[in-house]
Amino acid sequence: MEEFIQSKFNYWIYVLLMMLGLWGMIAKNNLIKKLIGMSIFQTAIILFYVSVAVKSEESTIPILPHHGHDYSFKYAEKHAKHADHDHDDHHGHEKDPHHKEEKHGAHGASGHGGVAHPKIPKPDNFANPLPHVLMLTAIVVGVAILGLALAISQKIYRHYGTLEEDELLKKVRAEDNG
Amino acid sequence: MKVLTGIVVTFVGLLLLYGVSDPEDFPAWGDPHSPANASPISQYFIQKTIRDSEVPNMVTAVLADYRGYDTMFETVVVFVAGIAIFGVIRSYEQEDVELQVSRRRPDVIPKRTVRLLIPIIQIFALYVLAHGHSSPGGGFQGGVIMGASFIMIALVWDLETALKRFSEKLAIACAGIGILIYAAFGLVPMFYGDEFLNYGILYKVLPATDSREMARYYAMLGVEVGVMFTVTSVMYLIYALLATRGRMKGGL
Repeated sequence: MEEFIQSKFNYWIYVLLMMLGLWGMIAKNNLIKKLIGMSIFQTAIILFYVSVAVKSEESTIPILPHHGHDYSFKYAEKHAKHADHDHDDHHGHEKDPHHKEEKHGAHGASGHGGVAHPKIPKPDNFANPLPHVLMLTAIVVGVAILGLALAISQKIYRHYGTLEEDELLKKVRAEDNG
Repeated sequence: MKVLTGIVVTFVGLLLLYGVSDPEDFPAWGDPHSPANASPISQYFIQKTIRDSEVPNMVTAVLADYRGYDTMFETVVVFVAGIAIFGVIRSYEQEDVELQVSRRRPDVIPKRTVRLLIPIIQIFALYVLAHGHSSPGGGFQGGVIMGASFIMIALVWDLETALKRFSEKLAIACAGIGILIYAAFGLVPMFYGDEFLNYGILYKVLPATDSREMARYYAMLGVEVGVMFTVTSVMYLIYALLATRGRMKGGL
């Protein structure tokens, strides 16, 4: 039971936040409160995406450690005995499953001119970078939308003198009729 | 109305909760084999980013290189939002009586503190921008921090003081220049016979880049600089316009 709660807790929070935001957007009368609802809704979506990106406990943020030196192609090349191997050579090795096994076993001294092969990052050790990228841009667009919405509400307030939806509708209808 | 909405929203929420709680259909939290995590594309990003572009931060590489189009038009969205806010509330009328804000002198404590803080904030913004390749950061984050430093001037002194340093026209121009920088990094490879935003070929142009990988590395930095220009000036514009109801004087 505890495991079940642990594995679903973030999704429950996400549903709760999303419904709270939706309710705020529909039911609240004040335009600014509607915008607050919209922001809560956005936060829920961001929480959902970021929590989808999480992997098991051994995984870390999607940034290679030690400035990527263990994994860096350039770094490995610099520390190899023969630095004149070109890049296509390495790409060729990688496609070949036979050489790939060698790479994992003997690190560097594989009889191909002694070029040290960089480690290949294991997907299970790093969180999924794609949802993070999507949410990074979503946050920025969210700020832009919020700014635009606030500007429009400011304009509405200057024109009608209120931000309450029912009063606004009354004034708009009165304006239309005469 | 509120009750009706409450009922509908509760119903939808319960349906979602039911769907999410199914242990068979919906992957558990942190499952490395869930469809999103096991997809070949995200595995490719983790395994091959360092090989393709020498960037340890996969998020930056995906943002600025693999998904370059997305980020470019994301920047355009920010720019368009800034211009739209400008168009909606900028007004050149003579100011009302109620908007007359006395040009008060700022208190000593905020003035001294902010005077100390602003250079540090701006250097930190540049650090966040430049280290976007090997630590969390990048153009969007650095741009927001940089924009905050200008907003801070406007908050502690007044908007006139901030506008003296970063005028309205300059802000709008910078927002456009940012996108032009980004687009230029996309356009130059086309002259060398490669695709739009395919930075690899830039090793022929950029200084101190001897390989396609390093060209992609530095082109990403250039692109992030463009993003930072746009985000900084749009954040500053949004604050300046909203705080003064579009009059660009007085304000908070």
